Amino acid sequence: MSQQAKRAAAASGAGGLDHLLDSAWREPATVLVRGAHLLDPRAGLDRPGDLLVRGGTVAAIGAPASLAAPAEAEVVDAEGLHAFPAFVDPHVHLRVPGREDEEDIETGTRAAAAGGYGAILAMPNTEPVVDSAPVLRSLRERARAEARIPTGFTAAVTVGQLGERLTEMAELADAGAVGFTDDGLPVASAGVMRKALSYQRLAGRCIALHEEDASLSADGAMHEGEVSALLGLAGIPSVSEATMVARDAQLAAYEQARIHVQHVSAGETVEVLERARAAGVEVSAEATPHHLLLTDECVRSLDTNFKMNPPLRSEGDRQALIAGLRSGVLGCIATDHAPHAREEKEEPFELAPMGVTGLETAFAAVHTDLVAPGILELGLVVERMTAGGVPFGLALPGLAKGSAANLCLVDLAAEWEVGEPGYESRSANCGFAGRRLTGRVRMTIAAGAVAYRERSFAIGAV
Amino acid sequence: MKRHLLSVDDLSREDIERILGRAGSFAEVSGREIKKVPTLRGRTVINLFYEASTRTSSSFELAAKRLSADLVTVKAQGSSVDKGESLKDTVQTLSAYDPAAIVFRSPHVGAAALVGRWTQASVINAGDGKHEHPTQALLDLYTLRRRAGRLEGLSVWIVGDVLHSRVARSNILAFGRMGCRVTVCGPPTLIPRGVASLGCEVRHTLDDLADADVVYVLRMQHERMTGSFVPSLREYAVRYQIDGRRLGSAQLLMHPGPVNRGVELAAEAIDSPQALITNQVESGVVVRMAVLYELLAGGPAPRESEVSPAGGVVESTEPQPA
Repeated sequence: MSQQAKRAAAASGAGGLDHLLDSAWREPATVLVRGAHLLDPRAGLDRPGDLLVRGGTVAAIGAPASLAAPAEAEVVDAEGLHAFPAFVDPHVHLRVPGREDEEDIETGTRAAAAGGYGAILAMPNTEPVVDSAPVLRSLRERARAEARIPTGFTAAVTVGQLGERLTEMAELADAGAVGFTDDGLPVASAGVMRKALSYQRLAGRCIALHEEDASLSADGAMHEGEVSALLGLAGIPSVSEATMVARDAQLAAYEQARIHVQHVSAGETVEVLERARAAGVEVSAEATPHHLLLTDECVRSLDTNFKMNPPLRSEGDRQALIAGLRSGVLGCIATDHAPHAREEKEEPFELAPMGVTGLETAFAAVHTDLVAPGILELGLVVERMTAGGVPFGLALPGLAKGSAANLCLVDLAAEWEVGEPGYESRSANCGFAGRRLTGRVRMTIAAGAVAYRERSFAIGAV
Repeated sequence: MKRHLLSVDDLSREDIERILGRAGSFAEVSGREIKKVPTLRGRTVINLFYEASTRTSSSFELAAKRLSADLVTVKAQGSSVDKGESLKDTVQTLSAYDPAAIVFRSPHVGAAALVGRWTQASVINAGDGKHEHPTQALLDLYTLRRRAGRLEGLSVWIVGDVLHSRVARSNILAFGRMGCRVTVCGPPTLIPRGVASLGCEVRHTLDDLADADVVYVLRMQHERMTGSFVPSLREYAVRYQIDGRRLGSAQLLMHPGPVNRGVELAAEAIDSPQALITNQVESGVVVRMAVLYELLAGGPAPRESEVSPAGGVVESTEPQPA
C-alpha cells in the first residue's frame, strides 16, 4: 500500500493508526482474570465474569468460574475488582528529549500504566521540539526500547512552535506522527492555522489545539475572577480560550478539516463547541481531571501545584465541563500530565511553571469526586477515559472476545492517599497531592503484556 | 496573633487595635531625646528587599534600631540573588543566623508566605507583588484614626490604579475590618474584575466623591500607558486627578507615596491642610515598631537561641530536603 493509501485508510477507519504506537517488546502474557466485574460500556458488557488474555488478545470471556486456566496461565483472583478496557490518554508530556530530569519515556509510561492506561500520546513541546522527522524517529526508537505501554508521538504544527512556518507535516506523518499540535502554545496567526488545516488534506492526521489568545492571557497566572482580584495575580480570562476555539472552528469548517481542542477549561468554550458541532464541524475536545474537579478557589493557597495552563476556573465553568462530558461535546478525559522539577515549583506562584502531573490519579480522582457521589455514571466515565485515541484514529480498547488485550483491573473500594508512598512518575507536582481517593488500579495489561502490577515496583519518586 | 504578618487577613480587629495602641505609646518614646527602648536587645532583624523601596525599608530599619535589635539589610541587587541563588536557598542561608524576624519585600505574589515556610523567624510582608502590603494599611489606619478620632463608619474612597496596587488590596481589607465603608474608583481597565468580593463598592467616576470622608489616592504609574490601561496620562488626570476643586474642605486626603505631582494629585491638594501624606510617612516608624513588638515580644517568651548574643550561628532544625 502506498503511503497515501495508508493515510486514506487511516483517516477512514478506526484503528488504522495503532501501528504508529511504539513500546518495548514484552512477553505476551497468559492471564486468567477470575470473577471480576467486566465493564465495557461500548460492548454492552456490565456483569461479573472471567476473562482470559492469551496471545495478545482477549481469548475468551465467560460467566464467573466458567473458564479453565491454561497450564501456563497466571490466575488473578479478581473478586471485588472491576475490569475496564485500558484507558487512553491523548495528552501526556514525557519531557523527552531535553528534560529527562522531570520525566522520561520509562517513568512516564510506568506512571501511565499505574494509572490504568494502555496507550498514551506524547506532546512535542520538548527541547528540541519534535518538528522534524529525525527527532521523531529517534523518539520512536527510544520508545521501542523503553516504553511500557504503546506510546504515540505527536509532532509540532509549526517549526520550533514559533507559529510561523509549517513543519514538514507530510514527511512527519510518514515518519509516524500520530497527530500535530503546538501544545503549550496557541497557533496565534489565523493565516498559519488556516494553512495547517488546509495541508491536512495532504498530511492527514488530526490537529490538536492549545487554544489561548496570548493578547488576552498576557502575563496571567490564574483564572481572572474574584480570587485573582483578591490575590493581585494577573488573570487569564475565560474568553482567552473561547474566542480562539470559535476562530478555529470557523477555519476548520472552511477547510473541511478535523480538529481536536485540548484541555477545555471554560464554560464559554463548551458553548462554542456545541454550536460548532451542531453546525457539522469536525471538532472533538478533551477535559482534564483537574479542570473537572478543582476550581480557582484552590489557588487561594498559592500552592504552585494548582498552577497550570489553562488555569483552574470557576465553579460555573467546572459544572459546564461536567455537563459537556456527559453530553459528549467533551468526548474524552485527558490528563495533560506535565511533570516539573521540584525546584521550579518551589518558587513564588508567578514564577513557577504551569502544569501538574496526573496519570496516576486521573481515574481515582474522577471516580472519587464524580462517580462515587452519583454525578456521573461509572460506565460513562470509563467510556470517556478510554476514548482518548478516537480523535487521532486509534482503535477503541474493548473487552469483547477477540479484542486486543488492553485492560485494567481496578478496586473501586480501595482508599489511598495521593503521593503516599511516592509516585511512579519522576516528578511529584500533582494537583491532588495529599488527597484521599477511592479507586485503585491493581493491574494493567497493555498490548497483551502485563504493564503494571501494584507494588511490584519499589521505587518511589519522592 | 499568628507567627507571621503576611496579610491583613491574618489580623483580627483586636489585633489591629492592640497594634495601633502600641504604636501610640511608641510615639511618646519618639518624642523623647533618646528614642531607643531595649525591647529587642540581642535579637536580629533581617530586612530582605527584592524590590526597590525607600519609605518601607528605611522605616523598618529605624523601627528595628529603636527597639535595639541587631539589623542586617540585604538587597537583591549586589547579593547572591544576582548570582542566581534561589529564594529558598537565600532564605535558608540567612535563617542560619537565627534572626527573630525577616522583613521581606518581593515583586511576586505570595513570596512572603513562601519565606515563612522556609524559616523559623517571624516573617513580615513588606509588599509581595500586587498582593498585599499589610504594614502600610496599619500605618494608614493609625494616621487616619489620630486625625479623624475614629474609624468606624467613615466613608473611604480609594481612587486610581486598583488593579496593580497591593496597597489598595490591603487597605480595602483593613478599612473594612475597622468598620469603614470602602469604595474603589478608577477607570474600568484599572479595576480588577470581581474586586467587589473584597467588600467594597465600585465606581468609575468621581461624581459622588462628596460622599467620602477620606479620599485615598493611589499612585498612577507611568508604565501603565504601555499596556494601554489608559489612553493617556492627560485623560486620566482630567477624569481622576484630585485637585482643590474636587477635594472638599471637610475631606481628608491620603496617599501611600511616592506622589506623581500633577498626575493623580494636584499640588494644591498635596499641600492642603487636609493632606495626611507626611503624617503617613511619620507613622511608618512607630507602627512598624509596634508590629515588631507584637510578633517578637508580645507573644510567648523568646526561645533560648533568640536571646543568645547576635552572630551566633544556630543549626536550623528545619527538616532538610534529601
